[in-house]
Amino acid sequence: MSEVVNKPHLMSGNEACAEGALAAGVRFFAGYPITPSSEIAEIMSRRLPQLGGVFIQMEDEIASLGAVIGASLTGLKTMDATSGPGFSLKMENLGLAIMLEAPCLIVNVQRVGPSTGMATFPAQGDVLMTRWGTHGDHPIIALAPSSVAECFHLTVKAVNLAERFRTPVILLSDALLASLREKVSLPTDVERVERKRAVAPPESYRPYAPDDTGVPPFVPYGAGYRWYASSSLHDEDGHEATSDTQVAHGLIQRLHGKIYDHLSEIVLAQEESMADAHIAILAYGSVARSARGAVRMAREKEIKAGLLRPITLWPFPADMVRRWADQVEAIIVPEMNTGQMVEKVREAGGGRTQVLSLPRWDGRLIPPEDILEKIEEVARG
Amino acid sequence: MAEEALVASPLEKYLRRPGFPTIWCPGCGIGIATGAMLRAIQRLGLNQDDVVMVTGIGCSGFIYNYLNFDGFHGTHGRALAVATGIKLANPRLHVIVPMGDGDCAAIGGNHLIHAARRNIDLTAIVINNQTYGMTGGQYSPTTPHDGLAATAPYGNVERPFDLCQVAQGAGASYVARGTTYHVLQLERLIVAAIEHKGFSFVEVVSQCPVQYGRRNQLPSAVDMLRWQQRHTVSPQVAASLSPEQLKDKVVTGELYSREAPEEEYTYRYRQLVERAQGRAVHE
Repeated sequence: MSEVVNKPHLMSGNEACAEGALAAGVRFFAGYPITPSSEIAEIMSRRLPQLGGVFIQMEDEIASLGAVIGASLTGLKTMDATSGPGFSLKMENLGLAIMLEAPCLIVNVQRVGPSTGMATFPAQGDVLMTRWGTHGDHPIIALAPSSVAECFHLTVKAVNLAERFRTPVILLSDALLASLREKVSLPTDVERVERKRAVAPPESYRPYAPDDTGVPPFVPYGAGYRWYASSSLHDEDGHEATSDTQVAHGLIQRLHGKIYDHLSEIVLAQEESMADAHIAILAYGSVARSARGAVRMAREKEIKAGLLRPITLWPFPADMVRRWADQVEAIIVPEMNTGQMVEKVREAGGGRTQVLSLPRWDGRLIPPEDILEKIEEVARG
Repeated sequence: MAEEALVASPLEKYLRRPGFPTIWCPGCGIGIATGAMLRAIQRLGLNQDDVVMVTGIGCSGFIYNYLNFDGFHGTHGRALAVATGIKLANPRLHVIVPMGDGDCAAIGGNHLIHAARRNIDLTAIVINNQTYGMTGGQYSPTTPHDGLAATAPYGNVERPFDLCQVAQGAGASYVARGTTYHVLQLERLIVAAIEHKGFSFVEVVSQCPVQYGRRNQLPSAVDMLRWQQRHTVSPQVAASLSPEQLKDKVVTGELYSREAPEEEYTYRYRQLVERAQGRAVHE
């Protein structure tokens, strides 16, 4: 029996996330109800038992990521879904998953903050929190879909990246995508990446000794290897090394290296109408939809605009920005926040082109007309 | 000589030597509690490869570091949440969760009551030394009223939890209290707790002479163990005492047990899966 429907039909972003996770092989979901992500949990509560998987609604947001991490170490592909306030609560366990190298997918359906904010209105205010919300130096992978189809495909990609690099991966959706319904055709089969298993016998197994890509081969709990996962700084045998600065240096470096040495496997970005562009719009997530419309409208007015769309937000596709910074007069960065990613764009392209922020933080999608207005302003000089 | 004695110990196979010496202070009760737990595992003949030790943060959070089982050392208070994920994902495993009083009852209190409510087959062992030892002796949810602590220099203004009543009230199907003085009883209680199908909760009244005893007129481990010896009563004796007489007593032994394996969470979840897959005989 195919696990994925393939005839074209209407589906929401939340549904596509759930279906993507199931297609990618997620068999454990723990979550806590929160608007606008709850629908993902509801779908998982219906579908996972049918597939012999586990769904549990935990007592709070912290516990749900805790349960996910525990299940991940038994070898299952795991997932949690939440929104802003819940994402805030998960920050400590996000760091735990990074430290233990426990693969998991966390979907954050962004809504307006701070605090309770506006629960049903979209935002992109968690972009920097996704990057730096948990304490200490750490890498993070985050992907941002901008269509329902992408909610499916990037969820699959996120699960695969989590397993490949033994790390949590964040899917940054938003309240608009969550309930947006689009016609999509889902594949009957998707590429599934399986966590690399250790081949060493128990006597010589070193749970945190990396392979040549910096990722330690995995053994699930209960397999007779008797290894342990520690949130404290640990050596390659997994032993606590809380006063060994050399071990600390090496582990934190490796955690970064396994991500940053493999950017070509991780960083996705799209360029549209850029070949002859004088003005670039850099937009991600839902806002990229408006930006695409604005580019089309600008072109109709014979203004050469193009779209740069980071799909992977973290690590940030700085190379793409650097490549285009010398080619365009300006990069306009519309975001549903007060200007978060624009700083990364300035860092990569500033000094060589103008980088202009176009922020909006009231819970409304930036309309194409507002972006077009900014394009025209730049074009007038 | 000492080396030979260690090798001869039937518990040696459960120890992970590179972790030693332990970080615990002289006189600490955690080693006694851990010893009782290991003897219980030995007595039950559990397959060592099927045991997972899940710990949180604090002095008791280091137990995993000295033991030769699959182990987990995570975030403060969250051990039971992690353990729930492990047990649900692989119900074959014996998931044992040693915690401290601050870890389990303060920052982790929510997870305690909900793990108990679900009646999931975990063995929670709370080593209650009535203080936050690792951080320097601050008051915990089990510090006696008027007890002195690093953050209670004028005496503890709060009321302590009766952890066993909390666990029982929340739905745990096995609840017991032992002490680090009564080690043979403690071992028996942990045996019963691990054997029990459902959420089992063992409070181990323990001693922290360094951070608690010295501030509270019980300056040595011996003083604190004597206190345990003099202040514990069995449930049978407690039943005949007045509330006034019970005031400074600690009731130890098996306090509650409900044999109902069909109420256990992972068992019920398996039934749910069968219903969802249409394999159940009737809805």
